[in-house]
Amino acid sequence: MIADLPLWLSILVSVLVVGGALLTMAGCFGMVRLQNFYLRIHAPTMGTSMGGGLILLASAIYFTITRDRLIVHEMIIFLFVTVTTPVTLMLLARATLFRDRIEGNDGVPKRINGDQQ
Amino acid sequence: MSVAILHWSLLAAQFLLGIAMLATLYRMVIGPRAQDRILALDALYVVALLLLITLGIRTNSQVYFELAMLIGLLGFVGTVALAKFLMRGEVIE
Repeated sequence: MIADLPLWLSILVSVLVVGGALLTMAGCFGMVRLQNFYLRIHAPTMGTSMGGGLILLASAIYFTITRDRLIVHEMIIFLFVTVTTPVTLMLLARATLFRDRIEGNDGVPKRINGDQQ
Repeated sequence: MSVAILHWSLLAAQFLLGIAMLATLYRMVIGPRAQDRILALDALYVVALLLLITLGIRTNSQVYFELAMLIGLLGFVGTVALAKFLMRGEVIE
């Protein structure tokens, strides 16, 4: 860390990083506490969207100020994670639905028109 | 003063992210089914990525962003392959 860090920068980065970490932790606790898989699959997206966004924004601001040039590497990570998370979770939910229907479990969402499986 | 604020808040954030990793590990161990474990693994990738970013701010080096990006890429591919395996019973058809 550099010695002559401005106070506003350290407070801003601290608030963003701790807020992002708190949101991520809340999402992971939701994944532990919720009752079934279809409820649980919502919880970790809190960490990927809002928590990740806040922490990556804090990192981008910090390195932009301390290096005296614009740094947007974090935005690439954020874009990538934001684009890929819905794809993976949709695939996982479809696979789970498929397995639940094969096994004939209770509490599975009903078929709708145009549903192929 | 400002360095101390940043130092302690980064330490707190890393502690919270560590607790989040333990929560995902708990879900991965108790399951109860395969899809729960895969969901926990996906969440674990993302929390590890965020932990690396906070480590990058702490050490003031940008090496960790390449690592974080690598984790993001490989995590996506891994979770898609595992979900495909659950659906079809094989990864490459």
